[in-house]
Amino acid sequence: MGEFVVTLLTGLSSAAALFLVASGLSIIFGVTRIVNFAHGSFYMLGAYIGVSAVHAVGGGAIGFWIAILIAAAAVGLIGVAMEVLLLRRIYRAPELFQLIATFGVILVIQDITLWIWGSEDLVGPRAPGFTGAVTILGQRLPEYDLVLIAVSPLVLAGLWLLFNRTRWGTLVRAATLDRQMVSALGVNQRWLFTGVLFLGSALAGLGGAIQLPKGGADLLMDFNIIAAAFVVVVVGGMGSIGGAFLAAMLIGLLQTFGIQIFPNSTLILMFLVMAVVLIFRPWGLLGQPEIPGHGVVEAPEAPLRPADRGLRIVGAAVLAVLLLLPVAHLIVPSLVGDFSLVLVIEIMIFVLFAAALHFIMGPGGMVSFGHAAFFGGGAYAAALLVKFAEAPMEIAFWAAPAGAALLAILFGWFCVRLTGVYFAMLTLAFAQIAWSIVFQWGEVTGGDDGILGTWPSDWASSRIAYYYMTVGFVVAGLLALRRILFAPFGYTLRAGRDSPLRAAAIGIDLKRHQWVAFTISGAFAGLAGALFVYSKGSVFPTAMEIARSFDALLMVLLGGVHSLTGPIVGATALTWLNDLFSELSYWRFLLGATIIGLVLLLPNGLVGLGETGFGRRLGAAPDREVPA
Amino acid sequence: MTPAVLEVVDLSKAFGGVRAVQNVSFSVRPGELLAMIGPNGAGKTTCFNMLMGQIRPDAGAVRLKGRDIAGLPPHRIWRLGVGRTFQITATFSSMTVRENVQMALISHRHASRKLWRPAAETDSGQADALLDRVGMAEQGDRACSVLAYGDLKRVELAIALANDPDLLLMDEPTAGMAPRERIELMRLADEIVVERNIGVLFTEHDMDVVFAHAHRIMVLNRGELIAEGAPEAVRANEQVREIYLGSSVKTGETGEADAP
Repeated sequence: MGEFVVTLLTGLSSAAALFLVASGLSIIFGVTRIVNFAHGSFYMLGAYIGVSAVHAVGGGAIGFWIAILIAAAAVGLIGVAMEVLLLRRIYRAPELFQLIATFGVILVIQDITLWIWGSEDLVGPRAPGFTGAVTILGQRLPEYDLVLIAVSPLVLAGLWLLFNRTRWGTLVRAATLDRQMVSALGVNQRWLFTGVLFLGSALAGLGGAIQLPKGGADLLMDFNIIAAAFVVVVVGGMGSIGGAFLAAMLIGLLQTFGIQIFPNSTLILMFLVMAVVLIFRPWGLLGQPEIPGHGVVEAPEAPLRPADRGLRIVGAAVLAVLLLLPVAHLIVPSLVGDFSLVLVIEIMIFVLFAAALHFIMGPGGMVSFGHAAFFGGGAYAAALLVKFAEAPMEIAFWAAPAGAALLAILFGWFCVRLTGVYFAMLTLAFAQIAWSIVFQWGEVTGGDDGILGTWPSDWASSRIAYYYMTVGFVVAGLLALRRILFAPFGYTLRAGRDSPLRAAAIGIDLKRHQWVAFTISGAFAGLAGALFVYSKGSVFPTAMEIARSFDALLMVLLGGVHSLTGPIVGATALTWLNDLFSELSYWRFLLGATIIGLVLLLPNGLVGLGETGFGRRLGAAPDREVPA
Repeated sequence: MTPAVLEVVDLSKAFGGVRAVQNVSFSVRPGELLAMIGPNGAGKTTCFNMLMGQIRPDAGAVRLKGRDIAGLPPHRIWRLGVGRTFQITATFSSMTVRENVQMALISHRHASRKLWRPAAETDSGQADALLDRVGMAEQGDRACSVLAYGDLKRVELAIALANDPDLLLMDEPTAGMAPRERIELMRLADEIVVERNIGVLFTEHDMDVVFAHAHRIMVLNRGELIAEGAPEAVRANEQVREIYLGSSVKTGETGEADAP
């Protein structure tokens, strides 16, 4: 009994940080409609700044709490800086572009944190006066846990008062319901947005600082919290603070009790709860269906046309270069080194991965935040066959797309019930669960040590042979995806994206088509994963981590989501940049800064560059007819 | 008398405490243009959405050619032979005019999951024939996103005809159009009804259009059917005159939007 009560209390205390982060995420999304990927980074900054603030202020009985508040306020100001310097300039850009921008911020913050505080994990300061433990029914519980248990309801009450008893809070609630109406009423949106960013970011910072006595600060905190926060927001309901509270408590309890029952699979429990909630309440416990609203009217996409002569010539030229590269390597190895082949293989793999994601994102209008699940899922499907059945490449290779497709069928069944940002968050949550299974289930997957020894068969083992094999598969994959988009299925997908109402009114069962599309996309991502695992000879959980999903997202968005050539251009550019920067220290900072710069300069993606003239002649961007 | 293509019996729907539609019954015969009119908030759109499956009725039956379709999802109802045009046109903006019609034809043939043969080569002749029928043949290659609003309405009509429907539901077919376009579109609807012997149910705010084209008119007010009959009879009906000329005009009570 005592053990049960203490576990219960531990669960409630561990929910505090999660609730703070999730509620901040929810508030920012509610008003600005921006999914702030950088929210996990703010949480991490809260922890690091908290440590420094305690040192500066001195961790006395009052000093500790002042330091915590300083950390929260500082992170709030960082959120304001992000809003004023970055987001404010791109509110008019397509919504997804703001995602890329916040992703750039993640990278920048990672390296700044590394630069200031170093790579060592920091031990959190103890909270004066709460360093001991209390005994409850014969079981000991750290006193600080009681503090954490009290924090969530206090913050919840404070937020409730703020939103229901102040004019500012009323405006925030109004803006969450209907942004345009609020601006039509003459409210200064700028200050509203800035204020919301401060509040939301400060909550994340508070979450990071307040967990210091238990968890300390480390550089992986940002991605570790963000998936859990997304799950909380999805389960609780987007934009609902009460929902975030309920869901955070639920998840917190689940994790503490889960550890005792299934020591290795706490995250699977999280997945099960989320799945059950979403089956019965697709919009979360206390959420409401996404209201289409007046919407940001995006420029309509131009009709799909077969490649014109310009594009065919460019395509043929690129293919010729690809085919001749190994020849050049044999003739002038000093100019075209072995490394060039490795780089091109890597680029080709990510081109296929990005094209698979683009398939559902562009024509399908379904933005996946977690596509690495299928890339890594495919890679692991092949690697596991090698490890346990000693399957030759010819067989294991095909297990990758098949395994990824099965995974996509499973995940897709849940995901296609949702739309928009709910869909996106659910894909991310699923991907994170897939990652955690691979990471935690060490006996089978090797956990962090990965699976080694996935080498190609003899005929494909030379660098050049594998190069040609990769080029063959990727080109065939791209052509197949393109073919499908020009076929009735691809048209049906676009129809559902353009007007779900009209699609239903001409007899199209949209969800079913989207499910199939999700599966096709998963299979091609899995194929890319197979090429990846055999090019490296090994696979690690990083193949399906969040950062990999975001990379793919970035490739598609940077390339331009409205063009079939977009993902190709984006993947090539980003993989190449990654490679270029990876030899430098602080390459994340450079990459993040480059991304932010690109977002500010090119709100239509790299292919959008073509609309200025140069690329149009190349056929990269279709001509647009001026509206009548 | 020919059997009705659509029979609605005691259809009801409430949102929260608001009774949007109460015990409404009517029928549509093949070749007939039935107009549904009423002030804003009368329940027209709710009624329409129940017929097309966007909203599930609380009670009542919707029989299409004798089969109860109440509560079926929209895509199933379409397969049973119901075409629809929307108050605010819904077309596929990233496609050309012809492709929009091709989409409907492809779906009609259950070919929407085909992965190989290009869609552009599918049913293009039939699509052109339909476009020709609505006077849009020359604009087949233009993007739907750049069409004039009146032309979009014609495209919607061509899409709605793609599955050879027995019943056509038109929500405010002439809303947002210039007067001359209205006359032309309704004349087109008249012709098509006769040619294909389709039953048409439409809502409309423009009373000139209603009285010039409807064979029969039904009047809704506050969710209830208050009058139904030939145009002359409805025009003479005291209660209808009261609604249209009396209270609503005097008090200017028109701001209330139709229920969702």
